[in-house]
Amino acid sequence: MTDATGLKGRAAELLAAHPPATTGRLDFLRARFDAGLAWVHFPEGLGGLGAPRSLQPVVDAELAAAGAPDNDPRRIGIGLGMAAPTILQYGTEEQKRRFLRPLWTGEEVWCQLFSEPGAGSDLAALGTRAVRQDDEWIVDGQKVWTSSAHLARWAILIARTDPDVPKHRGITYFVCDMTDPGVEVRPLRQITGEAEFNEVFLTGVRIPDAHRLGEVGDGWRVAQTTLMNERVSIGGMRLPREGGMIAPVARTWRTRPDLRTHDLHQRLLTLWVEAEVSRLTGERLRQQLAAGQPGPEGSGMKLTFARLNQEISGLEVELLGEEGLLYDDWSLRRPELVDFTGRDAGYRYLRSKGNSIEGGTSEVLLNIVAERVLGLPAEPRTDKDVAWKDLSR
Amino acid sequence: MSARHHLLYSEEEEALRAAVRDLLTDHCDAAGVIARTESGTPHDRALWKRLTEGMGLAGLLVPEDLGGQGATHREAAVVLEELGRAVAPVPYLTSAVVATEALLAAGARDLLGELASGDTVGVLAVALNVAPHGAWRTVRLAGGALHGELTGIADAAAADVLLVPADDGGLYAVAAGAVTVTPQVSLDLTRPVATVVLDGAPGTRVGATGPAVRRALRAGAGLLASEQLGLADWCLTETVRHLKERRQFNRPVGGFQALKHRLARLWLEIAGLRAAARNAADALVGGADTDVAVTVAQAYAAPVAVRAAEEALQLHGGIGMTWEHPVHLYLKRAKADSIAYGTAGGHRAALAELVDLRAP
Repeated sequence: MTDATGLKGRAAELLAAHPPATTGRLDFLRARFDAGLAWVHFPEGLGGLGAPRSLQPVVDAELAAAGAPDNDPRRIGIGLGMAAPTILQYGTEEQKRRFLRPLWTGEEVWCQLFSEPGAGSDLAALGTRAVRQDDEWIVDGQKVWTSSAHLARWAILIARTDPDVPKHRGITYFVCDMTDPGVEVRPLRQITGEAEFNEVFLTGVRIPDAHRLGEVGDGWRVAQTTLMNERVSIGGMRLPREGGMIAPVARTWRTRPDLRTHDLHQRLLTLWVEAEVSRLTGERLRQQLAAGQPGPEGSGMKLTFARLNQEISGLEVELLGEEGLLYDDWSLRRPELVDFTGRDAGYRYLRSKGNSIEGGTSEVLLNIVAERVLGLPAEPRTDKDVAWKDLSR
Repeated sequence: MSARHHLLYSEEEEALRAAVRDLLTDHCDAAGVIARTESGTPHDRALWKRLTEGMGLAGLLVPEDLGGQGATHREAAVVLEELGRAVAPVPYLTSAVVATEALLAAGARDLLGELASGDTVGVLAVALNVAPHGAWRTVRLAGGALHGELTGIADAAAADVLLVPADDGGLYAVAAGAVTVTPQVSLDLTRPVATVVLDGAPGTRVGATGPAVRRALRAGAGLLASEQLGLADWCLTETVRHLKERRQFNRPVGGFQALKHRLARLWLEIAGLRAAARNAADALVGGADTDVAVTVAQAYAAPVAVRAAEEALQLHGGIGMTWEHPVHLYLKRAKADSIAYGTAGGHRAALAELVDLRAP
């Protein structure tokens, strides 16, 4: 039933019962979720069938071929890529039933309240407080770099619930209602001119204890699930050859012989090769996952992705010569989705600078590779056994 | 292994790797390889016998009805990874891959059987630096005999038979005893080059040179990436091991972040090389996109392998500069490999044509 043939049968049943041509988009997406075809590796009743994750493309292809609408995954990336796996792993039955369906259909957008002005790479030092009051938690603090906060219905939030223990142990993980009157979202303008991110101020925000994910004080462990999935989703997209950032510069090279120089040619070819090797590395990683033998390559994909995006877009601006002196639009826009390759070369160059910062800086990721993959000694941790309230800041 | 998992190693391939690695651990230690480079016999005949007679590895690319194993480039690539990891001084790439591919293209059945058994070592008499898209030197065919001098012929000193391109467009099998092979003082002492002088040597025409040499060099270039992967992986593994043990300033040197980041970057590059080398080996089995796969692998592999060896030397400190420590074997092989079957820059130039990113 949960092999490829079975899934094709299920997809055919769904299409017969809810013909895309005559069914509303949301109705179709809800029916798809209820048929277990949203994410087939999720459990039955929660949008899946407990099937191997590698079979999802079979379903996607069947439904796309029939003209069915999708859930516009780029708009709800944080929900799909980060909140959902965390809720699935740590949520109560009630939480899973409440949150996963509208998350997947896109009816409810999610954002992530993790980073703070004083807690970036050292995320576990975060200072947003959550204080218990009967069946509720009262939350005060400030979060930053929050994509989609201005669109979000819900947030995954980590906050300090015990300042008297070392930093990793006093954190708890919550689902925060973004419509609470204590939540204030302010746009944060970036070097690109747009405001893709936000600052989020939390003042007396009330969260019912029923919206806690995992145990009190166990939030750091829960957050690891989220962060692991974030890195995979940033660096792990499947691309065709010459897809992603290399595509526009290759196109420009072919169509504008007037711009070519020998130096740019050598650099372009080197980057083209590196982009192709990075694509193959990602493909190899996916094959390992599909074969049930995950390798450590995943830790490195985002590092390569960031470096190549930056170098390729930098080359593109240079290649454009006089046009490289221009920029398409500096006005403060509020994009609804994150698209690293959208807009023009100048935008790509500036936006890709964030790729080595967001979702774990390249410096932190190199430490992770060195320590967890190569087994080299860990960085000194002078704050390991110090109560959070006694740390210098 | 399903086609969808073409970048991984199958269980059979992992078993083959384990068997080759065991054999090399027992019979190809670094001290022995270093000692051999200073002897008059740079090639390890006894090891070759174990790999070929014992395990049948020289015949991996040869069909079973011609006396081979009927395996593929994927298995040969795994063998080359392990030979690279040990900088083993055996003519595997030159005889069991490059010369064998030339004979397969020419359809030289009898000679293929001899090479497949390993009893005969065959070497293509084209300089090691020539790329699959490059030009090679020929010798003169006059009066039914071959005349000329060729240089830079890898493993010629170990050859029993040479495959010589002549100026009539033919490829000739020439017995090593009928020519003069003079070893050149080589940068890489584990795959030394030699000059070959033909002074009226008799040869047997096995086929047309063009397609045979191009196919042979393409396979050599593609599978060289797996050798480069193996040697780069050794360099990283050994350096990490050394830096965990080596203490300075009262702590393991491997705990310094400047070094951790260098090694992490090297690991990333080697992960890329593994994917590229696997892709090239798989494409050589019969993919539609073989030229691009091989060219990408060779444009990527050499800088990574050379950097791995250079980083290994630097991060071993003074001991890395000694003749006694094996890291110099890897540096010399990596540097020679960066020229073998075309440089990275040469492959990039070829790629510019293949993917239509043309020069100014």
